[in-house]
Amino acid sequence: MSAREEEIVQFDNVGLRYGTEREVLSNISFSLYSSRFYFLTGASGAGKTSLLKLLYLAQRPSRGGIRMFGRDVITLPRDKLPAYRRRMGVVFQDFRLVDHLSAFDNVALPLRVSGVREADLREPVADMLEWVGLAHRAEARPATLSGGEQQRVAIARAVIGRPEILIADEPTGNVDPEMAVKLLRLFEALNRLGTTVVVATHDIQLLQKVPESMIMRLSKGMLSDPTGALKYPPRREGTGARG
Amino acid sequence: MKRPPAIESAVDRGLAPFRGRRAAGLLPQTRMGGPMVWVLAIMVALTVVAAGGALALSNMVQTARGDLAGSATVQIVEPDEEARAAQVEKVQDILARDPSVAGFRVVPQEDIAELLEPWLGTGDEVETVPLPALVDVTLRDGTSRADYDRLGGALRQVAPQSRIDAQSDWLAPILSALSSLKWMALALIAMLGAVGAAAVWLAARNALGGNRDTVEIVHLLGGSDDQIARIFQRSILIDAVIGGALGLVAGIAMIALLGGQFAALQSGMVAGGSLLAVDWALIALVPLFAVGIAVYTARMTVLSSLRKTL
Repeated sequence: MSAREEEIVQFDNVGLRYGTEREVLSNISFSLYSSRFYFLTGASGAGKTSLLKLLYLAQRPSRGGIRMFGRDVITLPRDKLPAYRRRMGVVFQDFRLVDHLSAFDNVALPLRVSGVREADLREPVADMLEWVGLAHRAEARPATLSGGEQQRVAIARAVIGRPEILIADEPTGNVDPEMAVKLLRLFEALNRLGTTVVVATHDIQLLQKVPESMIMRLSKGMLSDPTGALKYPPRREGTGARG
Repeated sequence: MKRPPAIESAVDRGLAPFRGRRAAGLLPQTRMGGPMVWVLAIMVALTVVAAGGALALSNMVQTARGDLAGSATVQIVEPDEEARAAQVEKVQDILARDPSVAGFRVVPQEDIAELLEPWLGTGDEVETVPLPALVDVTLRDGTSRADYDRLGGALRQVAPQSRIDAQSDWLAPILSALSSLKWMALALIAMLGAVGAAAVWLAARNALGGNRDTVEIVHLLGGSDDQIARIFQRSILIDAVIGGALGLVAGIAMIALLGGQFAALQSGMVAGGSLLAVDWALIALVPLFAVGIAVYTARMTVLSSLRKTL
């Protein structure tokens, strides 16, 4: 780990259950560092999406602690959450595009929410659509786009704000292999610029395309660390000790 | 806190708040528009009519009370015409000397006959019916009940068949009823406000439910509760302004129609219920209050619903 890397996410003994059901995530502890590329793998139903929901602050854990960007986000007041969410980019498994907005407006949405002026967002949004090969579909509504095109719009929306951490849930699930590689290259480019990337996938082939990546493996709600790079369990604050 | 680089550069040039037309496109306007405009228009129209009624009744009661407060009528019920005329003379002497009396006027017999004409009719037979003598008395300001009783006693000493009636006494039940009507109108206004707020609450909840997915996406992209609430506020603001304007016009038209019909009665008491400039100004405030209540209710509804999510 280089000196410029800093711990931006820390999960400490996190558990998650929905209602009174059994825990879908148990005793999850890890740290994520800036400028790293992480894959989260596991079979369907292993809890990948649940773990990502905790990461992008769509869900609070049932137990344990989560720190992001140096702050405990479990006890964070509600009105402070948007500022943290704006530092992340998320590619949802089901894309979650706004149906009645054009591709352009969907990609521009994070910038508009952040307060970027119309004059300042036109060029970057157009560039991003160009990059994902959808410049000619800028005015198209999501319903008229194919699954792969919708996924590319979702990815463009996630990265347009140059987030500090990019969280992608099966981002290559609906695109052809050529586009999958191209999207991975985009993620790598962002990663080189300092963005931490977390990609959830069950595609083993994909892991090999980013050799320097770290791998987190989820199985039945439990996390393992096959590459040994998660600094598991996380470092305790103030002690320098682990565990 | 460090911002993403793309936003950082935009910050230097100045950020624009995510609201107004640029944010409104997120929620299709039709979800809150349409029926809401007409519901608010009807509410405002009914409130304007109720407010106009309450103000008119209030004016009527105040005018009548003012007119009657210093007025009394001395009635001399003496069948013998000569004896009646003599008692009238004595009553005038007493009234002229009494410090509580500002002025008085003996009501001419012709006026009394005209007043009683609807009941007694006209003709020679009627002229044989003895009519009482009436004296309208204007009392000075500050005349107390004790002064009033003392005057009545003094009059009875010189004219045993005389009786003094404060006009406010016999109109008191009517004034009390009018006053009750005024309070009922005010209660009606309060209820209309509550019903209007409830309608907005339902509409806002429906609109929020219909846009649940969009709202959740905006949240996850870093949108704040305030930003989302403002989008709904803008939608209801437009509906409320249009509905309020329509309701105000309809309400004023109804007041004008009712006012014309009451004016045709040519009753002195009803004339006291005319609306003043300040009353019209208050009525014009009704749609502004309606807009305020609608926007506030929409905001509170959306914020309270959003607080139940993460």
